[in-house]
Amino acid sequence: MSELLEIGMPKLSDSMEEATVLAWLKQAGDRVKRGEPLVEVETDKATVVYEAEADGVLEELVVAEGETVRLGAPIARLRVAEGATRAAAPARATSPAGEDGGIELREAIRQALDEELEHDERVIFFGEDVAIAGGVFAVTPGLQEKYGPARVFDTPISELAMSGAAYGAAITGLRPVLEIMFGDFLALSMDMLINQATKYWFLTGGRHSCPLVIRSVVGAGGRFGAIHSQMPVSWLMGITGLKLVGPATPADAKGLLKAAIRDENPVIFFEHKRLYSLKGEVGGDVLELGKAKVVREGKDVTLVSAMKGVHDCLAAAEKLAPDGVDAEVIDLRTLRPLDTETVLASLAKTNRIAVVEEGPLTGGWAGEVLALVTEHGLGDLDDAWRITTPNSPIPYSPPLEDAFLPDAERIAGDVLARR
Amino acid sequence: METTSLESGLALDLYRKMLLIRGFEDRVQSLFLRGEVYGTTHLYSGQEAVAVGFASVLRDGDRVACTYRGHGHLLAMGTDPEGLLAELLGRETGVNGGRAGSMNIVDPEHGVLGCYGIVGGSIAAATGAALSLRGGDSVAVAYFGDGATNQAYFFECLNFAKVLALPVVFVCENNGYGEYTPFEAVTPGGIVPRAAAMELRTTQVDGMDLRAVRAAAAQVVERVRSGDGPEFVEVRTYRFVGHSRSDPGKYRPEGELDQWRERDPLTVAASLLRGELGVAAEEVERVESEVAAELDRVETAALAAPFPQPVAVPEFNE
Repeated sequence: MSELLEIGMPKLSDSMEEATVLAWLKQAGDRVKRGEPLVEVETDKATVVYEAEADGVLEELVVAEGETVRLGAPIARLRVAEGATRAAAPARATSPAGEDGGIELREAIRQALDEELEHDERVIFFGEDVAIAGGVFAVTPGLQEKYGPARVFDTPISELAMSGAAYGAAITGLRPVLEIMFGDFLALSMDMLINQATKYWFLTGGRHSCPLVIRSVVGAGGRFGAIHSQMPVSWLMGITGLKLVGPATPADAKGLLKAAIRDENPVIFFEHKRLYSLKGEVGGDVLELGKAKVVREGKDVTLVSAMKGVHDCLAAAEKLAPDGVDAEVIDLRTLRPLDTETVLASLAKTNRIAVVEEGPLTGGWAGEVLALVTEHGLGDLDDAWRITTPNSPIPYSPPLEDAFLPDAERIAGDVLARR
Repeated sequence: METTSLESGLALDLYRKMLLIRGFEDRVQSLFLRGEVYGTTHLYSGQEAVAVGFASVLRDGDRVACTYRGHGHLLAMGTDPEGLLAELLGRETGVNGGRAGSMNIVDPEHGVLGCYGIVGGSIAAATGAALSLRGGDSVAVAYFGDGATNQAYFFECLNFAKVLALPVVFVCENNGYGEYTPFEAVTPGGIVPRAAAMELRTTQVDGMDLRAVRAAAAQVVERVRSGDGPEFVEVRTYRFVGHSRSDPGKYRPEGELDQWRERDPLTVAASLLRGELGVAAEEVERVESEVAAELDRVETAALAAPFPQPVAVPEFNE
């Protein structure tokens, strides 16, 4: 008998207590795919769409439209399809706290912002709909209430002005954190970032810094189509003086964002939209940028990835185990600067390396990792390859998008095929 | 509040600054032709009254963002002329150690956020600085040309600053040409209505007249300082040179340059000094020869300075 999953009213922040079902996007009896929009929920801060955690059949709607219930209360029941993986599964792979432990990644981000706004009054936070509405992904509710409109504020839809203002504020004493709603919109904010922010420390001969952070939601798998799903890391990879950070877990999201805000350099902080609901335990530590982490030890092959790809690699490692392949998984966490040492140390042990990048094959950071291991670890190298998305735009339709993205099946299959 | 009047002592000081800028740019031009200044450079000759007039009402804590035609803005704010020339000569003693060159200079010690080589960048830089200055009594000033009013920066930042009521003064130096193109050909509706559409208070002023620029600047800056939100000023001026060192300015209609030269801001200021303000001719001439002597010294010292040694530059500030 397949599992019956109780869907609870999602908890989007600590300050919330209850929420209202605005509209069911699926009805009882409907077949649903993991990641498909299920229900529209309204809180006092924001309206959010909650998605199915697994493939299955929606068996019962417990709460009617317009009804308000406390957080966590059951709102529907889902009969999970045989063999289906649940969205929360990767969290368990890296979070020892288990199924119900910890907080969502979106809340980890909010906590990092909250703590850094508290820690340093030079920190300001702004973006489109981040203050009053609390963010379109419900990441930042309550911050304006706590810190006031001078430090947390909404802006017009003007990405060029926003990044320019962040730069101007950063070189005159503030530590701005800017949210660019979707990473795809970074294209509009590039000039100040590329041509000014990353040059300031150099031009002043090391006397003055430009400490700014741009947070941006990236990645595919959300059925947002070609222009709201991209992974803009490779657009930015060639900019000297710009740090690129992409966490895979709530703990890293919190600790790395705190580090990014305290860093003296411009930092782009990528938040994968498919990881926002991922749960895990978090602490209050400020982590170090530029350090990769071995998240699974193994001896036969090294799988290197970042963000959601880390979870795909962990799942692939589990699939490979019965075939006698013991995979080591490295979460890069920071894409520039790259932690070459951790990768080379792993390669020395396994002699085989696959780099899994959600992003086009050509010109991506996977190629950079392979260049580094070739230059510095050629003697250890028996095999090295990239597993990426094709050199084509991200399709919308669920079967097309699913096939487009690297997943555990493909990673494990590749490893076995090249053995 | 800074007095808007211009008594003779102050007027002579400001005239000295304008002379310094003109003389500096003349020397840059000749050093360029001698191969001592590299790449490209954009001269401020003809626009001196704008930078000097505005700087005369600014004070410590105010910030300005300049264009790639920025030597005049920098000198008006107090950047050391020797350090500035050495920077253009690529020398170690340059204000940015030879790393920046003419278009990219930053001088935070003198309130200069930077010179922006991308048209319109200064608008955003000043807008951002105004976020830092909010709630105090300092202002940020953005200088930009007529060409920048067609950039997204102009529309996005004026709106952004208005919505957030930021203490920023947007100063459009309309010198008639965006690179080689007359501004009338590419700016339908004119410049001021664009700012007015976003409900910024607007002022237009004759940029060849130091006294007029200073008076307008004093009023505008005072209002913005008091927290009334951003304002916009269009200063009508003219560049006596081409866009950059490679541009002889042949696109200008015959006689236009001569017409504007009759209203050379230096001539206008000198007649004010000698006429209405009653400064003796010898006094004016003394200032002129002092500036020439200073520029001789600056040029000799900058040319004698060593070139920087290539060193490995770390990528990040750790």
